[in-house]
Amino acid sequence: MEKFLKDFVPGEVGSVVKISNTGKIKRRLYDMGITPGAEIKLLKVAPMGDPLCILIRGYDLSLRKDEAAEVLMEVK
Amino acid sequence: MKFCLAGNPNSGKTTLFNALTGSTAHVGNWPGVTVDKREGTYKKLSEKIHIVDLPGIYSMSPYTPEEVVSRNFVLDENPDVIINIVDATNLERNLYLTTQLLETDIPLVIALNMMDVVEKNGDKINLQQLEKAFGVPVVSISAIKKDNIDKLMQVAYETSKKTRKGYSVISKTEYADTFEKFVRLYDNENCKNKIFHAVKMFEADELEVSGYPSVASAALKVKENIDSTEFDGDFEALVADLRYRFISLHMSSVIKKLKKQEVSRSDKADKVLTHRVWGIPLFLLIMFAVFHFTFSEDFLFLNKLFGVEVSGDFWLTFFQLEEAGAVPSPGVWLQSWMGWLTGSLIDLVRGWLSNSPVWLSGLLCDGLLSGLDAIFSFLPQILLLFLFLSIMEDSGYMARAAFIMDRAFRKFGLSGKAFMPLLMCFGCGVPGVMATKTLENEKERRLTMMIAPFFSCGAKLPIWLAFAGIMFAGQYGDLVVFSIYLAGIVVAVIAAMILKFTVMKGETPPFIMELPTYHLPQFKNLMIRLWDKLKHFLYKAATIIAGSIVVLWFLSNFGFAFWNGMVSIEESMLGQIGNVIKYVFYPLGFADGADGWKFVVASITGLLAKEQVVSSLEVLAGAAGFEALLGGLSVAASYSFMLFNLLAVPCMAMVAAVHGEMASGKRTWQAIGFWIATAYVVSMVAYWSIRFWWIGVCLLAVIIAALTYMYCKNKKRLQKGVC
Repeated sequence: MEKFLKDFVPGEVGSVVKISNTGKIKRRLYDMGITPGAEIKLLKVAPMGDPLCILIRGYDLSLRKDEAAEVLMEVK
Repeated sequence: MKFCLAGNPNSGKTTLFNALTGSTAHVGNWPGVTVDKREGTYKKLSEKIHIVDLPGIYSMSPYTPEEVVSRNFVLDENPDVIINIVDATNLERNLYLTTQLLETDIPLVIALNMMDVVEKNGDKINLQQLEKAFGVPVVSISAIKKDNIDKLMQVAYETSKKTRKGYSVISKTEYADTFEKFVRLYDNENCKNKIFHAVKMFEADELEVSGYPSVASAALKVKENIDSTEFDGDFEALVADLRYRFISLHMSSVIKKLKKQEVSRSDKADKVLTHRVWGIPLFLLIMFAVFHFTFSEDFLFLNKLFGVEVSGDFWLTFFQLEEAGAVPSPGVWLQSWMGWLTGSLIDLVRGWLSNSPVWLSGLLCDGLLSGLDAIFSFLPQILLLFLFLSIMEDSGYMARAAFIMDRAFRKFGLSGKAFMPLLMCFGCGVPGVMATKTLENEKERRLTMMIAPFFSCGAKLPIWLAFAGIMFAGQYGDLVVFSIYLAGIVVAVIAAMILKFTVMKGETPPFIMELPTYHLPQFKNLMIRLWDKLKHFLYKAATIIAGSIVVLWFLSNFGFAFWNGMVSIEESMLGQIGNVIKYVFYPLGFADGADGWKFVVASITGLLAKEQVVSSLEVLAGAAGFEALLGGLSVAASYSFMLFNLLAVPCMAMVAAVHGEMASGKRTWQAIGFWIATAYVVSMVAYWSIRFWWIGVCLLAVIIAALTYMYCKNKKRLQKGVC
């Protein structure tokens, strides 16, 4: 099943299908290791509901829902 | 010889740099940007090695000042060796930068840091396999324990004697042939690091395309012939993917994880510190503790709660109290001793100069030393705040604080990271401005500095207290003080939004931030940072601050016919200037009347240091008395005066700090102009609104309408977070 990273619930795991954002932010996401095929686990959501904290390539990364809304995932 | 250190943030780069260079290190700015440039010397080899610490970066893309600075250094300044420090506990992402450094022709050594932690976790990293995969020497080190550091330098030294040819991960993939064509495009270009350039051209990197326009047009033709549906022709993404594929391919042979990762200590700490319910209260509690340690007159509330009181001569002297009272916090205690130190110094100099001309002792004691005293007395608290801030930064908690607070700050075009520096400004703006270094985005850094002085700092409090005791017959003192603090926050928020939507447009920085593993802060690193700040402060105090103090002293003690000797402040240049420019302040309400010029002069001296405002007013009040002078102002004029002092240039120390961080004289002047303009407008609006309530209502409606309009207009861009 495919869905966007922003719709994940804490604990959910999936792999990246594609990133629909363009430009700098996309490049930044790639640089941080969010590339197609990479496995992501949503660890938690900040107290005010945004940003998110994910586990990617063995480390913790935080990103906003706006950014996560562009990351299409295949749920595992 | 020139070596440079390159690596990800939080990879232990600064620790390694400090271990290598020790006391030879110094910090400056890279030209034109507010990015730290650290340099030092390593002396244990036969040659002296000049070491440059590049900023912590994740990639060599052209999107942040840090990345551009690092890239330009590597390409243009010909370092003899790049030492790439790699965090062994986070290999995959760290090696991503390594694949980019490999593309240069510069000799490269990988320093594999934190191997001890890896081994403690029961994992194994095969160094030979790593060397084979990347084709460069690998040395395992521990920067914290200083293990193998000399060996690293020895290997780096030997490596620097050899030549190396750039290597790209693309050359082992199905795009190898195409890539070869890109490399050949540079055959006629007179440049080094051709592989690096070819990769960047393949990625259609902004800086590369603008740097080699002729190659870029040829490159477009090559690309037309590539039939790849992967990534929809997004070559930047393709290359990033190839890099990670290359790393993943080698990971299985390089790293052997012995056991399944259990819950790490960081995860446990995060369960509490970023908890959905407890995260924010805990953060506020931590911030309160920091302020309490630095500013409280009643440490741990020992007096209020348990009635603990300091008495006895020894303890009164020890805590520098005049009468029996509560135990002060470390910050207040240190401040008192600093005050004692500078006070004694002034007395000493005054004693020496007792027989010299009045103007000389006046210049040195009442001018220079008293002025510096007002600023230096805050130095212990500035340093203490900065120390706490560094601890939070080094331990990894700062990133969590930003994570918790981000949502609230986004509306104003700032990210969660701006919260900490701004909060600091309630104590003192100087460490607050220094703390903007932790912000990744340069525009956000500048925006934060612009609104920093609007938060009411400790030195401004005496002004509010003076008015609180007099306005409304002293009945609502706490409300008066509170309303000023609140006004500062409101103005800061509105100013941030206005700046955001006008001159600093479309800059909501993205919030893609690593939450690093928690570390115990290194005492040595903390002290080095503190020492850097102290040096910086002393240098500024000796130049900008001392200079402006002398000028102001001269203006307030001499008339225009200054050869006639010293005069009272009324007849001084400053007094006369005040009498003329008071007309400029007429719309603000506090400048008219016989005493009006006194408030103008006090405000001007306040630009130097806010402690000066009350002392100037005391001097200017003369025989009629201080309270009568303040009491002469209406409520509207009092507020106007307070707001002007709240918002205008806070002090010379702050100007010096902002100048240091902005790294540009023009921007510093813009900031000064912005503060004075804001102060002027807000005071005027407040004055007329309090006098005629309907003006206030109308203005409020206009402001809200304007902000809403701007917000809606910019909403789309804010959401997209284009930067």
